[in-house]
Amino acid sequence: MDKPEFVYVTYISAPPEKIWEALITPEITRKYWQHENVSDWKAGSRWEHRGADKERALRLVGKVVEFSPPRRLVMTWAFPSDEGREKKHSRVTFEIEEVRGVTRLTVTHDRLEPGSEMLEGITAGWPKVLSSLKSLLEVGRPLPKLW
Amino acid sequence: MDADSVFKALADPTRRRLLDMLRAQSGQTLGELCANLDMTRQAVSQHLGRLEEANLVTTIRRGREKLHYLNPVPIHEIHARWIEKFERSHLDTLRHLKAKLEGEHRGQA
Repeated sequence: MDKPEFVYVTYISAPPEKIWEALITPEITRKYWQHENVSDWKAGSRWEHRGADKERALRLVGKVVEFSPPRRLVMTWAFPSDEGREKKHSRVTFEIEEVRGVTRLTVTHDRLEPGSEMLEGITAGWPKVLSSLKSLLEVGRPLPKLW
Repeated sequence: MDADSVFKALADPTRRRLLDMLRAQSGQTLGELCANLDMTRQAVSQHLGRLEEANLVTTIRRGREKLHYLNPVPIHEIHARWIEKFERSHLDTLRHLKAKLEGEHRGQA
């Protein structure tokens, strides 16, 4: 039984559908994440995380494990150089639930290798991404450039 | 999640200590956290409750156990609101200084 390594929670004043849409729509992810999450979003499909600038560099890849809108999205999460090595893939679970009139978004990132570059990157990364998403959905404006 | 509850939760040294403990080792149970604190289980549980209300700690149920995780998102929101803007201008100043000095250096060479 694996313990999750990181659990991030944010409460957003927006309906679950809006948050779901914001996770999987490239035109929206680019606004608050400066990257696009690209996939056909079927369980088993590949997904890509690409820079939203001209170079469109491929930063992360993985598989869509579970796609249950607008509640639960599970994906594997790896550097492109590790795509062929499934043992090195970490896992991200997004859970969306309504709690007392607001929506709770929980991001769990687990199966991380201790001391890995991925572990270092996400420690600073997720709080920024989630704050920026919250700001975009509530105020209509994401946080200034994250990276 | 208002800033008030975050600041109130952070205003107590025991609660900050709990956050430090969770930063060092995430996913601890109440029992594990109590083992390192000279305090009743009930008092630790109350402190954790305040941290949870402020969304600074999040919990996950694993069978009969409740695991605690540090959730830095509210602190990042505070950071983004009051600090990030100023940091950016400092960084810009440093970048300009560096560019200027390096430019001068190249000019001399």
